Amino acid sequence: MMTPVTVYVPRDSAARSVGADDVADAIVSAAARHGRSIRLVRNGSRGMLWLEPLVEVATPDGRIGYGPVVSRDVDDLVAAGMLDGAAHPQRLGVVDELPWLAAQNRVTFTRVGVTDPLSPDDYLRHGGLVGLVRALENSPADVVAEVTESGLRGRGGAGFPAGIKWKTVLDCADELKFVCCNADEGDSGTFADRMLMEGDPFLLIEGMTIAAYAVGATEGYIYIRSEYPDAIATMRAAIEIAYGRGWLGDSVLGSSLNFDLHVRVGGGAYICGEETSMLESLEGKRGMVRAKPPIPAIHGLFGKPTVVNNVLTLATVPTVLANGAQAYQELGVERSRGTQVFQLGGNIKHGGIVETAFGITLGELVDGYGGGTRSGRPVRAVQVGGPLGAYLPRTKFDLPMDYEAFAAANAMVGHGGIVVFDETVDMAAQARFAMEFCAAESCGKCTPCRVGAVRGVEVIDRITSGEHRDENLALLEDLCDVMTEGSLCAMGGLTPMPVRSAIANFPDDFLARQPIARTEGTT
Amino acid sequence: MSTAALVRDIVATHRGQRGALLPILHAVQETLGYVPPEAIPVLAEELNLSRADVHGVVSFYHDFRSAPAGRTTVRICRGEACQSVGAERLVSHLQQHCGMSLGETSNDGSLTVEQVFCLGNCALGPAAQVNGRLRGRVDEARLSAILDEAVAQ
Repeated sequence: MMTPVTVYVPRDSAARSVGADDVADAIVSAAARHGRSIRLVRNGSRGMLWLEPLVEVATPDGRIGYGPVVSRDVDDLVAAGMLDGAAHPQRLGVVDELPWLAAQNRVTFTRVGVTDPLSPDDYLRHGGLVGLVRALENSPADVVAEVTESGLRGRGGAGFPAGIKWKTVLDCADELKFVCCNADEGDSGTFADRMLMEGDPFLLIEGMTIAAYAVGATEGYIYIRSEYPDAIATMRAAIEIAYGRGWLGDSVLGSSLNFDLHVRVGGGAYICGEETSMLESLEGKRGMVRAKPPIPAIHGLFGKPTVVNNVLTLATVPTVLANGAQAYQELGVERSRGTQVFQLGGNIKHGGIVETAFGITLGELVDGYGGGTRSGRPVRAVQVGGPLGAYLPRTKFDLPMDYEAFAAANAMVGHGGIVVFDETVDMAAQARFAMEFCAAESCGKCTPCRVGAVRGVEVIDRITSGEHRDENLALLEDLCDVMTEGSLCAMGGLTPMPVRSAIANFPDDFLARQPIARTEGTT
Repeated sequence: MSTAALVRDIVATHRGQRGALLPILHAVQETLGYVPPEAIPVLAEELNLSRADVHGVVSFYHDFRSAPAGRTTVRICRGEACQSVGAERLVSHLQQHCGMSLGETSNDGSLTVEQVFCLGNCALGPAAQVNGRLRGRVDEARLSAILDEAVAQ
């Protein structure tokens, strides 16, 4: 009997959203009809989302890609010899050699799309657990020092140095400490956390286990938003497998470390992506933001010292430990070290995951990797860093992706999400939406955010209807000041960023016009 | 089994967890399809919380509903990435096609439509979620098909 051909069809929910499950079913039945034996692997996504569903076939020359494949074409593809990597208009070539992928520097995403996410053996074959093994051979203080030296900064948006946070928790004398992973990826334009959890869940488990060892924690929680059912299911399955392998629980890998890990599901509240609000939610309460200080590192979950890091931060730790701080440090620019997982979304031709060292320009990402808009119209604006990030025009495309360079330009890199808009975008409507969103999702604890956002919507409406335009623009500016300076957290504090950037970069959109069309039935 | 007994059972299986109220509420909603108002005093008693505390948590989170949803729930993403490729057109289409606005359940109980801010499918928008299943590149025609199928069921 012939050796079965390995065929990869992603299980990533983005791939499934455009028919990957149907394609997988069609391949199984077409192979049977053609008398071919196959081994179907449901891998993560390679992150070239415009090519999904991307089917890969293992051949002696490497993994040959076909995409985007629709289920009704599968029979033709199999008849044309897809299972042997044969020529076809949809054949893309060896996937690893595609320029879009080959030009990247995949550090955190190195296994995503390559392996079977729920195969622990696949994980080990591709370098899994090397970081954890090395961590366990060193003292916790040395592990913290290594993370600090790597220059790794929090990937959730704020960019706080991870090692410094860990040191604070390590230095607390408490018996009970926690490691919490913030997987409440609520910002529009971001999907890297989701793809990592669906595509390489053991990596996150390994990163959290290293964090637990480094700071002396015994319990961990992954707080995943309820909008991500596939990521929740994958993480839960991976945790169960990890327990079975002795990667979690008592005496992790035969060491003295005991670490229990749990998945918790959010409740559809955007604010719970703010770390203190997430902690409240984990405690079973309303997701109300806490005032800082005290910082969560000292007074965190249930009042205990707690590491709170984003998915990508924790998922980068195993690589830092495996290859050493030096190797990671060598990537990047200035104080932005290592790689960032940029996410290209919105109206973009080639959307997906671009992991590359910091320092690449915005234009290289949007025009280069992204290939411009999906609609074919010129790019007018891009929003970087989520709903609380600035709207930037093409004239800012030479900005390097670097925390400080963006801050100097009144913008933020945030978590590296980039949303592209074509020339049809109405920037006053986007500014209004920023306020509307803040009003809908504010936790309500502080007045500048709770009330300011509502007033912001009203003032923008007056501006666009031509009512005392100059006075109301001044009032809006004043309101933005109050929100920025007076809000308890980034929700109210950063909502002015998209608003102000829209006014500064696209002033013509704020001239009087017919009343803007409003969405009925909302807010 | 009465609602109270069911809720007590659910609490019993989650009692060992720290800060168990959210997992319990998710379990109640998964079992009953919603969190009935009569569950709140039971939860308060079982967890030694005030009714106001429990109500405060239930009402804070968009996910928990106080009445059952339709047989199919369609959530349309209105995040910026989906706006850039026509999410608002889908919202108007919903209104025109079946006369429903976001947040409503149809009279025959077949369909609930909701807004959601980001489903993590930002490169393949506009995105929607149909009974928990993610859909990408949803245009007006695809949305009509989804809605018609839901109503027919």
